[in-house]
Amino acid sequence: MLPLFQTALELGLISSLTVLALFLSYSMLNVCDLSTDGCFTLGAAVGAVVAISGHPYLSVIAAMVAGVASGFITAFLQTRMGVDSLLAGIIMNTALYSVNIGIMGGSSLLNMNRTDTIFTKLSDLLSGINLTGFEKLVISGVAAVIVAAFLYLFLKTKIGLAIRATGNNPDMVRSSSVNPVMTTIVGLCVSNAFTALSGCLLAQSQKSVNIDIGSGMVTVALASLLIGSTFIRSRRIGFRIIGTVLGAFIFRLVYTIALRFNMPAYMLKLVSSVIVIIAISGPYLKSRYPEFARRLEKKRC
Amino acid sequence: MLIINDISKTFNPGTVNEKTALSHLSLTVNDGDFISIIGSNGAGKSTLFNAIAGSFMTDEGRIVLDGVDITMTPEHVRARSIGRLFQDPQKGTAPDMSIEENLALAAGSGGWLSRLSRRERSDLRERVAVLGMGLEDRMSSPVGLLSGGQRQALALLMATINPPKLLLLDEHTAALDPATSEKVGELTDKIVATNRLTCLMITHNLTSALQQGNRTLMMEGGRIILDISGSKRDGMVVDDLLEMFKTEAGHKLDNDRILLAR
Repeated sequence: MLPLFQTALELGLISSLTVLALFLSYSMLNVCDLSTDGCFTLGAAVGAVVAISGHPYLSVIAAMVAGVASGFITAFLQTRMGVDSLLAGIIMNTALYSVNIGIMGGSSLLNMNRTDTIFTKLSDLLSGINLTGFEKLVISGVAAVIVAAFLYLFLKTKIGLAIRATGNNPDMVRSSSVNPVMTTIVGLCVSNAFTALSGCLLAQSQKSVNIDIGSGMVTVALASLLIGSTFIRSRRIGFRIIGTVLGAFIFRLVYTIALRFNMPAYMLKLVSSVIVIIAISGPYLKSRYPEFARRLEKKRC
Repeated sequence: MLIINDISKTFNPGTVNEKTALSHLSLTVNDGDFISIIGSNGAGKSTLFNAIAGSFMTDEGRIVLDGVDITMTPEHVRARSIGRLFQDPQKGTAPDMSIEENLALAAGSGGWLSRLSRRERSDLRERVAVLGMGLEDRMSSPVGLLSGGQRQALALLMATINPPKLLLLDEHTAALDPATSEKVGELTDKIVATNRLTCLMITHNLTSALQQGNRTLMMEGGRIILDISGSKRDGMVVDDLLEMFKTEAGHKLDNDRILLAR
């Protein structure tokens, strides 16, 4: 049971970075960033290529920079080029498929079995103090804590407040002398940096990247985000961030347990889609119920 | 000083829905003016405000504020010197953010990465206390929980927290109940007087159009058809105003809210 729990925790913490990215773009900025899948793979591909070329530490930074670039283009398309925000994400996703294969040198699979990554580096260190096997937990935990803390502080700065206001009331942002184009661009750059970091860490922890590593990530992350918000219903930013990380972990835990009970692995995406549908349409259906009940009553008479 | 020189705006040009909202309108607003604006439905009052605030660019003409030509300046840049309030109290504030966060954004002191210091916090608290609504004790509660009147008072404070060169009030008390409306009106007078703000106010209340401020404009068909101030305005009553409108516009004042309010 304990190794199962540990795996769920590691994977949950790594994917919590993408969930935190969506917390920023979806919950705060009110933009549904559908480029998440492509950006996740981009981070994984860039991270892998740089690590394979012999720079394990640089690979993490390179992945995040690639994420920023991807986020910038997505934001630019929707704020300056007149492309609808959902469509901008879909287009970016499609474009990134080619870009990602290009980055991986024309192949759709890269192996890092003999590559120095930040995980192998830490594993070497930990073996000295008898903690081998905990490197994934340490790295994913540290990354989640840093990103969560950064997000907490960031959302309290002036630019952070402006980003929140942009998602909350764009009219008010314009009349308080903030350019909503700028806040959207900054918000998506930061969120995509997290998504790419998440992809980079997942690839390095499982020692391989394939072109499908990010597919469906946006739904999985949304499911985690919505699970988190049902567990922690506070309006305070700090608690909501904690809830977000918690949601990612709970999602992975449930998934891991379901696998134990012989749910086939390919069901992951169906399950996450159903969770997202329930979480989004649940409140809607609930609000429609009185009307529905009245109609039913009328029919009976 | 605001100088509007011969501005025009046509919406949907060349289509069946073509509408000339502003037609060769010119206006000079002197520093310290408090101008009330009245007019029929669709006379172009809100469009004039949109043109001044930069919600759209005018088709022709020039707008100069304090010697700076702002004709083509984007809305968010103009917002640094122009404060604005809408009829809808929801428009001026972000509901999911706290009172303090809303104000911090409006105050906009410090760099992009700066956070509120302890001193700024107590400053903001003092400013909110001036509203006399007890909001200073609820600084961290979300604005969405406030009443319409409280939200509008807060929006007023946000629009004037850095005294703007020009304050635009677009029927900002019309959506409130009478008592709250009066309270927000009083607050407006107080804030305008203490900061000696230059102010344009659209209203449907003809009485307050004559009583508040020092100058009254009437609009019709995208133009200003009446501009009264000084001794001519002092002795006027509402019926004089309606009569003058009829003479100038060639028909009766046609604004359902004004007629209902009488």
